[in-house]
Amino acid sequence: MKDRTRNQPSFSEPLIFERSAAGKRGYSLRPLDVPRRPLDELLPPELRREQIEHFPEVSEVDVIRHFTRLSTWNYSIDLGMYPLGSCTMKYNPKINEVVARMEGFARSHPYQPPELCQGNLQLLQQLEEILAEITGMDAVTLEPAAGAHGELTGLMMIRACLSERGNPRKKVLIPDSAHGTNPASAALCGYQVQTIRSNDRGQMSVRELESLMTEDVACLMLTNPNTLGIFEEQITRIAGIVHEKGGFIYMDGANLNALLGITRPGDSGVDVIHLNLHKTFTTPHGGGGPGAGPVAVKKALEPFLPGPRIVEKDGTLRWDDGRPRSIGRVRAFYGNFLILVRALSYILTCGPQGLKQVAETAVLNANYIRHQLNGLYDLPYPQPTLHEVIFSDKIQSKLNVHTLDIAKRLMDYGFHPPTIYFPLIVSGALMIEPTETESKSELDQFIEALKSIAEEARQNADLLHKAPHRVRHRRFDEVTAARNPVLRWTPGSEKEKV
Amino acid sequence: MYPEDLLYSEEHEWISIQDHTGTIGITDYAQSELGDVVFVELPHVGDKLQAKEPFGSVESVKAVSEVYSPVSGEIVEVNDKLADKPEMINDDPYGNGWMVKVRLSDPAELEELFSAQEYEEYLAAKPEE
Repeated sequence: MKDRTRNQPSFSEPLIFERSAAGKRGYSLRPLDVPRRPLDELLPPELRREQIEHFPEVSEVDVIRHFTRLSTWNYSIDLGMYPLGSCTMKYNPKINEVVARMEGFARSHPYQPPELCQGNLQLLQQLEEILAEITGMDAVTLEPAAGAHGELTGLMMIRACLSERGNPRKKVLIPDSAHGTNPASAALCGYQVQTIRSNDRGQMSVRELESLMTEDVACLMLTNPNTLGIFEEQITRIAGIVHEKGGFIYMDGANLNALLGITRPGDSGVDVIHLNLHKTFTTPHGGGGPGAGPVAVKKALEPFLPGPRIVEKDGTLRWDDGRPRSIGRVRAFYGNFLILVRALSYILTCGPQGLKQVAETAVLNANYIRHQLNGLYDLPYPQPTLHEVIFSDKIQSKLNVHTLDIAKRLMDYGFHPPTIYFPLIVSGALMIEPTETESKSELDQFIEALKSIAEEARQNADLLHKAPHRVRHRRFDEVTAARNPVLRWTPGSEKEKV
Repeated sequence: MYPEDLLYSEEHEWISIQDHTGTIGITDYAQSELGDVVFVELPHVGDKLQAKEPFGSVESVKAVSEVYSPVSGEIVEVNDKLADKPEMINDDPYGNGWMVKVRLSDPAELEELFSAQEYEEYLAAKPEE
């Protein structure tokens, strides 16, 4: 068997505090050219601190090397495939960065009067309209800063609307195949969560919905395609059952990548949906930049959208704050503006046909992996899947090799591990989402890596138990780290820690 | 693995009864499925429990799972030691790993629970995971 593992590049580096040497500076000032005045005159002593203890003193080159070396510890989508299921870690095209750095966008200020940033407002309005068209909804807010923030915003609108109708209701129904943030958002919005089980075809049980759907239920929070990657075929019927009792359908749009240009959630009865621009629309993800979780709604919920809204008056775009039924601001100013610029750049670069091709290729790539690995890894649900594929460790478990071992070993092959142990309804889940931006040759390397690992499980299980071997740090003791977390560096501990 | 003097629920909790007070924990099967427990969230003394409703959660490195009450009643004691030593749930699920003590409000609910033998049969019939 050819060894396909690779060394990962990395440089050793201490904490920046540990690089400190007294008197080091990253700057030099020119001689004082104004009369010297006593410090006490400028800043009273009681407001001054003589020194900040252990504050790092470093030169410019120290700082640059420190952070550049740290960056080699990271794994990013620019370095390799990142098949983290349900996270849609697709490549972020650099044209987005070029556009976001254009002066008119990058140097505008949120306090700039509307008359002086008409182009920016026009961009926001255009993005709202495009997202409404893609999702088949009537109106969009771009304010929420992340997916879960969008969920909370959507639920608050549902609560406001139901309260206005006389009863905010008590419960939110959530299938066990939904995203993990959904129950937390519902609880935060004051709702009691009731779980609906999936049937043996990996879809939400309509029968169970029928028995649980009462006039006490505010909404059903559905992820479609769900976290098994399976499309909820009964969505129209489901929406009918919920609407009949006066409830709403909230769709978690995190998996929208599978549906772009193919079907529109708004056309199958969805009332509210949030989108993750950092998933579907290639804005930087997680630690790589602030997120954006726009929320799209149907007409009935439009008055409750967070404010302010952009309106046109006498040919000029302005902010409208006078909306009495609005749930109010959910974010300072109008969301993460430059992230929204990147999303629009991506959408316009792709165009309608391009977006459709995104979904088709994302589904094709996931199914290619599924087909190549089926049999070597257990496929708990044989039903057709869309943009992601979920395997389990059932076959490898018999050799005492588990999902965690497989995931850790993948790092030795130069890949980020997939999402593991989620969804909870699959024991030992490996949830793989390649996205459309991986080429066939990259997918083949990933498939070969997983085939090698399946073989290694048979030949040398111990190799997997101790993986990873070729990355900077070997396997961490996650149990001790979670039970006795050391969350903070303390001065004086540096000698022991290096 | 499954002591004879305990009763068991479908959600993998056990309960032992003394007079009208039940001690509740999770089964050996549940702790082994979860893996190393790193955090336990429990209710407070005086809280009311509803049968088949969650009353707390157990977090392992793999996942967070809710713990369901097999009976209805009022919490009379909570195992505070689990805050510092959550591993007791793995090491001794039927002893030091107990979670709460409950004064039962409806002892008839106990009739719906499994005996040790029934629970083992239930586990055996479960689709292999």
